Amino acid sequence: MSFTRRSMLGAVSLLASLSLGVGAARAEDTIKVGILHSLSGTMAISETTLKDVMLMLIEEQNKKGGLLGKKIEAVVVDPASNWPLFAEKARELIAQNKVAAVFGCWTSVSRKSVLPVFKELNSILFYPVQYEGEESERNVFYTGAAPNQQAIPAVDYLMSEEGGGVKRWVLAGTDYVYPRTTNKILEAYLLAKGVAKEDIMINYTPFGHSDWQTIVADIVKFGSAGKKTAVVSTINGDANVPFYKELANKGVKATDIPVVAFSVGEEELAGVDTKNLLGHLAAWNYFQSVDTPENKEFIAKWHEFTKNPKRVTNDPMEAHVIGFNMWVKAVEKAGTTDPDKVIDAIIGVEVPNLTGGTSKMLPNHHITKPVMIGEIREDGQFDVVWQTKDLVPGDAWSDFLDGSKDLEADWVEKKCGNFNTKTGKCGG
Amino acid sequence: MRVFAVLALFAALALPAAAASLQETLARFAANDFSETAKAIDEIAESGAPQAASLIDALLNRRLAVTPDGGVFFTDAQGRAFDALTGSPVAAVPKGAQLVRTNNKLRGQIENSLGTLRLQAPDPAKRREAAEIVLRARDVSALPAVRTALSREQDPVIAKVLRETEAALVLSRPDATTEQKTLAISILRARSDQDAIAALRAATAGAPFAIAQEARRAIVAIEKRLEVQAAMQNVWYGLSLGSVLLLAAIGLAITFGVMGVINMAHGEMVMLGAYTTFVVQEVFRAYAPGAFDFSLLVALPLAFLVAGLVGIAIERGIIRFLYGRPLETLLATWGVSLILQQAVRTAFGPTNREVGNPSFMSGAFDLWGLQITYGRLWIVVFTLVVFAGLLLLLKATSFGLRMRAVTQNRRMAASMGIPTARVDALTFGLGSGIAGIAGVALSQIDNVSPNLGQSYIIDSFMVVVFGGVGSLWGTFVSAFALGIANKLMEPVAGAVLAKIVILVLLILFIQKRPRGLFALKGRAVES
Repeated sequence: MSFTRRSMLGAVSLLASLSLGVGAARAEDTIKVGILHSLSGTMAISETTLKDVMLMLIEEQNKKGGLLGKKIEAVVVDPASNWPLFAEKARELIAQNKVAAVFGCWTSVSRKSVLPVFKELNSILFYPVQYEGEESERNVFYTGAAPNQQAIPAVDYLMSEEGGGVKRWVLAGTDYVYPRTTNKILEAYLLAKGVAKEDIMINYTPFGHSDWQTIVADIVKFGSAGKKTAVVSTINGDANVPFYKELANKGVKATDIPVVAFSVGEEELAGVDTKNLLGHLAAWNYFQSVDTPENKEFIAKWHEFTKNPKRVTNDPMEAHVIGFNMWVKAVEKAGTTDPDKVIDAIIGVEVPNLTGGTSKMLPNHHITKPVMIGEIREDGQFDVVWQTKDLVPGDAWSDFLDGSKDLEADWVEKKCGNFNTKTGKCGG
Repeated sequence: MRVFAVLALFAALALPAAAASLQETLARFAANDFSETAKAIDEIAESGAPQAASLIDALLNRRLAVTPDGGVFFTDAQGRAFDALTGSPVAAVPKGAQLVRTNNKLRGQIENSLGTLRLQAPDPAKRREAAEIVLRARDVSALPAVRTALSREQDPVIAKVLRETEAALVLSRPDATTEQKTLAISILRARSDQDAIAALRAATAGAPFAIAQEARRAIVAIEKRLEVQAAMQNVWYGLSLGSVLLLAAIGLAITFGVMGVINMAHGEMVMLGAYTTFVVQEVFRAYAPGAFDFSLLVALPLAFLVAGLVGIAIERGIIRFLYGRPLETLLATWGVSLILQQAVRTAFGPTNREVGNPSFMSGAFDLWGLQITYGRLWIVVFTLVVFAGLLLLLKATSFGLRMRAVTQNRRMAASMGIPTARVDALTFGLGSGIAGIAGVALSQIDNVSPNLGQSYIIDSFMVVVFGGVGSLWGTFVSAFALGIANKLMEPVAGAVLAKIVILVLLILFIQKRPRGLFALKGRAVES
């Protein structure tokens, strides 16, 4: 009901503006950018911040004089954590609001739901969250980490002398596509590294799982076999708080069984009493505590923009910063916001990231990022205890899975997101 | 390590040299490199400098800082600042000093070395913890220290732990005699836990056949005992989960069970209670941080009031127009739940809010080998108290009598002069208020976010329907039955499958007995 009314209103206003003849002129005054993040529902907890950071970036760019001599205008919609609604809202942004690019999505399922829309209407999506890989689309740019930029280095670190020489592994995750795929990759990787099958325990829990007593007891039991044990956690946002509370209550310390998490950042820790979590780890490409001039400036601007000196920054925010700056550079390079031209122009664009390096957009639509391991501090921030020397290029198709190790994504030479190097054919 | 000990000895003989060597040691901190810091820790431990213990303690607790010009400073637990080189107090740590970072490996190393040092600490809890750390680390060089501590220990409990520690260390020594090892195995067998198994397993490798055989036999015996323990532990987990379910469902047992209102906003009442706890704790943090442990006691009545008043408002504003129309009630209350969620999201933000555990609800204790966390224990006790209180209210007060009268036969009650509209509002307020105090308890184990209520609403309905609508005792039995069944199944089937199996069984059961476990009988129940 409301939808038809809204679209009717849209049609009416379109007619009105056409008849007045100012609509077209006005539309050329600004470049519109769509922001597709949930502001209500379960995912609002993570995505609202990303909407705010986008608004800040756009405001800043406008202060610098806009883009191609025009102001940038943000179009914010609320897909309300509802996956089909993501596709509807994406269509609304592209077809009705005529946005030049969209920044949005958090969960993989929401990304998958908007994919056909972006392909059909040929627009651009910047996706800022670490994900399971196994995808490369012409219309999507992945500014978050692929598994080889987060999961694999984290495991390498724990295996190393410095990380404690872990020999036994618990792969614990929430039961959905990201943990399942990541754990599949990790299991294959660990087996390839010579870890015995009985030294790997895999455990899945439902969304929002809140009673962790049995699982924590299992982990403790698994960890007391005399070999150094670590937990690799792909547990989704909301279930983490009760999980960490249970760990703390059972007295599991990071020096006994460290937990390295891929979905726990500064924002998630805001809801936890961290004094019992000292030393548990997280793997990201950015931490708020990273001490670089770029990061300090960014944090100061963020606090000023939100008027809240306590607001934390996190990894997906940095991904949006990089993604937005890359898009701006690509548009300037192409001299237009036309998606086809921007998609071609953005490959190879380099922008400084917030951790002191320069990230580059690769032909597979992923970017180069540093990988960092942080330990939780008492104040809810992370101490970076290890980081890669160079930036790691994102790999769309994992080299450790049977189905994907021969695949390669290259949108410059092969014009293909899943080129099979063995058969020499594009999977299409 | 030994080289450094010798060096330290030399250093001690020539005092100026000692200062120089400590200076070199401290310079390692400036490198901001974990392996350098590790060396520095060893050197400090061997240096015998009077400030060594406090230095290492400061490093462990992130209170050791290096200035850009190479000065090293630390503060003690009271915040007084010291110069690390001389050990003398200074006014303050200079500005621009960087904290020295540690990682898990270093902290493990520090704890192990402190463990040996603390075996004779004056605080018995510290001594015991130290003994456990040494037992787990199984560093053979700690054996003399353990024996000295054992000879001086007065506390029988700690002496026992020390003997077990000694046994674990003896087993790791290749030069111990067979008798010593056999005795050690029997001591560890009596200890009978995972740490004992770990020590025994380490002893089987490379040991003479008889010893290895003996150790293996001990491991099997311990594992058998642990299995029984694990079963008991699962029952306890089930009780604890059941109490959470009961707590969440008990308010619904009144609004849905007794009044017959399908209240989809029930979960949001729980959420309001949790947010009330958050607000109360914020006030305590700001004005009375010393009395933080009492914050929950203050939060309880407030949460009851807040959720109860919102409940009364919902009843007066919406539900009273919809009595007898379950479908409309369902939709309307669902709308209310969305409104409340978004209102809280707007007021408090979409992110989780931190609710702290008071000290009496943190940690765990051992009961016959079962590890029981205080938080869970208190929730079980609290649930039973709330349940008993509610029963008493319904059965022994005039309000309870009126409530039962109205819900059983509205017109008859009205003719007797009972103001039914007011009783309805109060009953709904009572159910909501109880959901509110459930929120106080649940804020201790779950995250406080606008979505808190959603995760409990389905479980709550499940409990009430299974137990039999309208029966408080039915709700009680069904909550614990579901909790225990879930927890017994979880180790076998996994958390996801266990949940599915329970749901399927429940659906089958409802097919057989639509009125649940304890169906109400009598004229009040319309067929």
